Amino acid sequence: MSKLSIAISAEDHMQGDTAAECSLVEYGDYECPHCGRAYPIVKRLQKYFARRLSFVFRNFPLSQIHPWAEPAAEAAEFAGTHGKFWEMHDMLFENQESLGDTLFWELADRIDLSPLQLKTAVAEKTYSARVRADFAGGARSGVNGTPTFFINGQRHNGSFDYDILRDAIERAMGL
Amino acid sequence: MANILSAGTPAPDFSLHVTPDQKLSLSELRGKPVILAFYPADWSPVCGDQMALYNEILPEFQKYGAELVGISVDGVWCHAAFAKDRHLHFPLASDFEPKGEIAKSYGAYRAENGVTERALFVIDRNGVIAWSYCSPIAINPGAEGILEALEALPK
Repeated sequence: MSKLSIAISAEDHMQGDTAAECSLVEYGDYECPHCGRAYPIVKRLQKYFARRLSFVFRNFPLSQIHPWAEPAAEAAEFAGTHGKFWEMHDMLFENQESLGDTLFWELADRIDLSPLQLKTAVAEKTYSARVRADFAGGARSGVNGTPTFFINGQRHNGSFDYDILRDAIERAMGL
Repeated sequence: MANILSAGTPAPDFSLHVTPDQKLSLSELRGKPVILAFYPADWSPVCGDQMALYNEILPEFQKYGAELVGISVDGVWCHAAFAKDRHLHFPLASDFEPKGEIAKSYGAYRAENGVTERALFVIDRNGVIAWSYCSPIAINPGAEGILEALEALPK
């Protein structure tokens, strides 16, 4: 059974409480259509479990097949340093069909960040080390495609349909 | 599940086509760690299937100086089209004729389906199997076992 090799820490982008009963970690790729499909499912799970579930998103861009995955991940990290990771994360998935530089700049502008700063950060690869570190940690943990979920640190091997994930989380909570 | 060759066994040599006019022998790679990844077939209909995943993780493997070779029973033209489509940066060997002969020598052939198992071998610099793992055919094993095995090799 594959386990999360990099523990959840303050470095992570987390929604919810570190002390929540159950943690859900997703390794995802903003250009992956399966991750796009998982995005509203995670939202539903968060609504259902509320405070009992924490959620962490880590980057696992499959850059060889998804050319916009890496710059999208960098855009989210850029927003993260300004305290707006989740706004950018959500907008990227909600606009998955039109990923590209123009969209990244427009989204930055929409959340009052400087498109020019974002452009520079991507050009200078300011956030690429962070994205690569997420990727390498995922490879170490047995991420075997995107999305890969870890529930309380254990890799979830089933499908990511709402019911299946909800049941797996409930099992992890001992329900 | 198949009984695959285990750690400590010398890795059976092979010479297989990796392109229509090029062959690759395991013995040519002596002196470097080698990752042999047997997989059932080209063209699994998912993002980040096993080979696409290893393609992304390649830089991590290369940190150990390791060479990765994918092997299935698909023919060379099929491999060529698949590798091109997925932008693979490592060779795919074709265990095509006699079909599955190399997979059989590693204990990694599924006669009932006529494909290779999802079996992984890490071979040390001297050509001896250092680690092997056979995954349930429907489960992409990921790469953490490979990375741990590479880490454990004598430097």
